[in-house]
Amino acid sequence: MTPAVSLSGVSKTFTLRRGSVVALEDIDLTIERGEFVSLIGPSGCGKSTLLRVIADLLVPTTGTVEVNEKSARKARLDQDYGFTFQQAGLLDWRTVRANVELPLELHGVDRSKRRARALELLDLVGLTDFTDHRPPQLSGGMQQRVAIARALAESPALLLMDEPFGALDEMTRERMQDELVRIAAETGAAVVFVTHSIPEAVFLSHRVVVMSPRPGRIADVIPVELGKRNADTRESPAFYAVITQVREALRGHQTTSAADRAAEIDRAKGAL
Amino acid sequence: MRVGRYALRALFVLVGLVLLAAIWEAYKDWGPADGVKLFGTRILPRTTDASMPHLSTIWHAFGAPEVGGAITLGPTTTVLDSIVDAALNTLRWAATGFAIGVVVGMLLALLMDRLVIAERALLPWIVLSQTVPLIALAPLITKWGAGSSVGSFHWQNWMSVAVIASYLAFFPVAVGMVRGLKSPSAVHTEYFRCAAAGWWKTLIRLKLPASVPFLIPSLRLAAAGAVVGSIVAEISIGLDGGIGRLILTYSQQATGDPSRVYAAVIGASVLGLLAAAVVGIVDLALWRYHRGAAA
Repeated sequence: MTPAVSLSGVSKTFTLRRGSVVALEDIDLTIERGEFVSLIGPSGCGKSTLLRVIADLLVPTTGTVEVNEKSARKARLDQDYGFTFQQAGLLDWRTVRANVELPLELHGVDRSKRRARALELLDLVGLTDFTDHRPPQLSGGMQQRVAIARALAESPALLLMDEPFGALDEMTRERMQDELVRIAAETGAAVVFVTHSIPEAVFLSHRVVVMSPRPGRIADVIPVELGKRNADTRESPAFYAVITQVREALRGHQTTSAADRAAEIDRAKGAL
Repeated sequence: MRVGRYALRALFVLVGLVLLAAIWEAYKDWGPADGVKLFGTRILPRTTDASMPHLSTIWHAFGAPEVGGAITLGPTTTVLDSIVDAALNTLRWAATGFAIGVVVGMLLALLMDRLVIAERALLPWIVLSQTVPLIALAPLITKWGAGSSVGSFHWQNWMSVAVIASYLAFFPVAVGMVRGLKSPSAVHTEYFRCAAAGWWKTLIRLKLPASVPFLIPSLRLAAAGAVVGSIVAEISIGLDGGIGRLILTYSQQATGDPSRVYAAVIGASVLGLLAAAVVGIVDLALWRYHRGAAA
């Protein structure tokens, strides 16, 4: 199968008034169809920049970006991806339903189809009771759900998400994560998810891409094999083991293998 | 809820008017006849009938029969008739000027929003345009317009008045609208780019709705400006039939009895209020686009 996203030798340099800043350097990454990949790293590691390069909101300085085997620009014009931001970014003067319909309206889908699709999506994100509300009447979590529904309106094969749950409280955040896992599975879309939260990245992803700053590089790619996610996943030792692995990768990119760590724990027990 | 708020606001306006009337009458009754002076400069007017007529006198002036002068009308017309007549003429000219001003202002704003270079090139001139005194401009525009005719279209003097009114009206619209068009946040413009929406679709679905909260105050200023521009233009180019000329005529007639001048001035104020009210209705119709409209 062809990959959903493939990046090779991508770098991005911003030219500022005083000198230039290398935001991304030599990024190679392939994301398969239906795969959930998180980008994690400290502020300024270029994870949002990378997402914007994939979305063709930024043009890379060097390297090639392919989405669905097309150039990023073509993929954007063909609506091959949906995008959600840290702020929901809804239009306050439109109802929830009209907000979800917006991308369809922009691309000339007729009214009845638009409406049917919007209701279907609002059902998917659990907001059927709020179709005629306006965004300012909704909570932050609900607004993000509307934004996700809007991003999914044209059944994209790829969903690009830039810290969508960053502004939500912890409880809402976990609920949204559960929903997102379900939605991603139901739609079969590949997801590239930018986050600051290690547990969030681990819970959601098939692979966690750890990035390091100045210049932004991929420090490590950690596969997550936790099987089907459910409420117990968050409390399983395997979940914590991966979290530790990601945390260590973030800390100094000193790669401690799982076996080494197990041996270390044994030693600690022996000392007791 | 909404209705209640407007009723309350109307009540406050009424209270304000009554207070103003009370102050006027109280000062007239108890103030010194020669006015209040501070270091030789009069800071409050004389309280004689020639300077400050009683409100009741002004009220009666509305009903007084018109006595020829610049405007010759039938024997039964009253001052009120003349004022209403003149106000409607001025309103027509001001409305034309307002319409031209809004269209021109919006087009300039669109151009400035689209091209940074247009904003840099135009904005200083737009600001500068408002420093040119209207009085100086009025005769020029009349001269340029006078005698010009295209086919069956002939330039008329009232058109000069409308053009001058539009000169005041376009400015707030251009400045307010360009801010409004630039008001959508990064997340919105990025979203529209992700959605592969072109300039036109972004304009219609994002920029125009987002500029409504900026446009409404601009329209209010433009409406007031159009009325003022109209009145000043009538006076300075000497066009008969409007409220500006009527104020002038009455003040020339008024020797010792300024009540008619006041009556005409009140008529002009009502005209300004009417213009503001029209914008208010537009504002109500567009409530959906107000910032943070939650209701």
